[in-house]
Amino acid sequence: MSTTRVEKDVKWIDEPKLGLFENLYLPIVFDGLKTTISHLFTRKVTESYPEQEPTMVPNYRGVHRLNRDTEGRTKCVACYMCATACPAHCIDIVAAPAPADWVGREKYPETFVIDELRCIYCGMCEEACPVDAIELTTLYDLTGLSREQLIFDKEKLLSVYDQTVKAGTDPVRTQSGNLGPASDTAQAGVPKA
Amino acid sequence: MPEFNWQYTGLIIAAVIGTIMGYIAYLILLERWVAAWVQDRFGPNRVGPYGLLQPIADGGKMFLKEEVIPGHVDKVFFVMAPIVAFSTALLALAVVPIGSTVAPPPAQPTFAAFETVQAEYASHFSTVIVPALDIGILYSFALGSLAVYSVILAGWSSNNKFSLLGSMRSSAQIISYEIPLGMSIVGVLLFTQSLNLETVIQYQQDHTWFLFTQPLAFLLFLTSVYAECNRLPFDLPEAEQELVGGYHTEYSNSMKLGLMLLAEYAHMITTSFLMSIVFLGGWGLFGLESLVENAYAAFAVKLLILTGKMSAFVVLFLLVRWTIPRFRFDQLMSLAWKVMIPLSILNVLAATLVRQFNITPWAMTGVSAVLFVGAGLIAVRNGPVNNAPRKLKKPLPPGLQAGVTYAAR
Ligand code: SF4
Ligand code: SF4
Repeated sequence: MSTTRVEKDVKWIDEPKLGLFENLYLPIVFDGLKTTISHLFTRKVTESYPEQEPTMVPNYRGVHRLNRDTEGRTKCVACYMCATACPAHCIDIVAAPAPADWVGREKYPETFVIDELRCIYCGMCEEACPVDAIELTTLYDLTGLSREQLIFDKEKLLSVYDQTVKAGTDPVRTQSGNLGPASDTAQAGVPKA
Repeated sequence: MPEFNWQYTGLIIAAVIGTIMGYIAYLILLERWVAAWVQDRFGPNRVGPYGLLQPIADGGKMFLKEEVIPGHVDKVFFVMAPIVAFSTALLALAVVPIGSTVAPPPAQPTFAAFETVQAEYASHFSTVIVPALDIGILYSFALGSLAVYSVILAGWSSNNKFSLLGSMRSSAQIISYEIPLGMSIVGVLLFTQSLNLETVIQYQQDHTWFLFTQPLAFLLFLTSVYAECNRLPFDLPEAEQELVGGYHTEYSNSMKLGLMLLAEYAHMITTSFLMSIVFLGGWGLFGLESLVENAYAAFAVKLLILTGKMSAFVVLFLLVRWTIPRFRFDQLMSLAWKVMIPLSILNVLAATLVRQFNITPWAMTGVSAVLFVGAGLIAVRNGPVNNAPRKLKKPLPPGLQAGVTYAAR
């Protein structure tokens, strides 16, 4: 037999004793009805979705975007880090040597395809990218009429960038400026470590 | 008895059924709205302006759904159950005065006198499908309790243990609550000396509402009605959390289920009518209804007053649903057998004494209060209801706090 322990920090709470007032039921029921009725007239918490767009939290993980650098070219250096990190294997990149006039760039993605239906929106690609070229935006209402429509190529992903920049809904990384060391935005703002 | 006029009766039947159906449709919408509002949501607001066309969409959906009869059910009773539910719910409305009424004349000593009062009575018109039915309220109760058959038929023929459990609970519950339901109204009938609902209204016109003279009876009646209608806090027959859907689990979402639900709401409306007629003076509102001279306007006013009272009860139904949590089954039975039935018997006893010794009916108000508080005092003295089977109590080893033993061993 194990040792019996009396747990000192256990607090024993007795059932509250019901007095005459509680045992008459009715006053309590009226009290409850008062609460119920007061809720009829309180402000409703529902958001009427299509008319009333929700404001997403800045670190919401929605549709991807491919960032552009200051000259409007794709920032991606085709390093395959994101494709390697992706647990859903939904990123497909074909790298090509960068055009000669892209100073300081060796490679760029010739094609960059994300299957948005296979993606689990985990944000690993964003974490992995050394130049912060790929980000998850706050766009949540991703719809399409076929599977093919939801396989996003490079142009589509860049257009998501243009759209979110114009709408001022940059995702949290870009907004806070807390970018990786290789990002040119980071180089502009933060001194190199 | 006024002459039977099939056109007039048919017209009233059509009008009553049509209005009640429309009322139920919007009652369901209101129920969903209230449910949503109480939970700080909007409720249905998409179909039509403010969601007002929602009932039509719901009804259309019900009609267009495939009628599924599962392979393992007893087909005859399975199909019969919704029919029984719906027809009894509607039939019970036959004696309920919907608008203005005139009480049928009492018995007369001579045949000539009888002829005169009858002719006088026949010259008025009453908006009730079966006027001057002497067993009025008994008929309504009888059909109301037939509703339990639909529940039992549905549960049993479904051949499904959850449905059967639901219907078992329902039958036990409805049969238990029938007793206080009937008993509470005996006190009222002792005073009106008639079961006819038109006479009950007339009596309250001459004296005062039974709500004031017999509040305890009203309370018992109200509570029993909640149980009879399977409404929260007594909705054990269809407790979703315990029984999937209750006795109508096997009914696909087609018109058969629709009829079951309609019947429940029709039952609610009938009982609300009964409560407003028996305890709240029917179409009377402290003489307000007699201010209008024009016969047609008076008719409209009385109709409005009565339906207003009925709607108030219906809204109370909806609000109580979101106020009181469901009873446990043994608590439900304790409430019926240990509290409400004794109270209703004492109430009848008091009413009998008051009638016998011709004491003012207001004495009943005092008696009701005494009984009510007395019941509360008894409850305080005896502590909470404990229906758990008696267990042999093992003495605790010394030095142990209660409850720790089992955890520590
Ligand atoms: S969010 Fe996750 S699953 Fe989607 S592409 Fe990025 S790494 Fe892959
Ligand atoms: S990790 Fe960044 S830079 Fe590398 S391929 Fe992916 S998006 Fe391009």
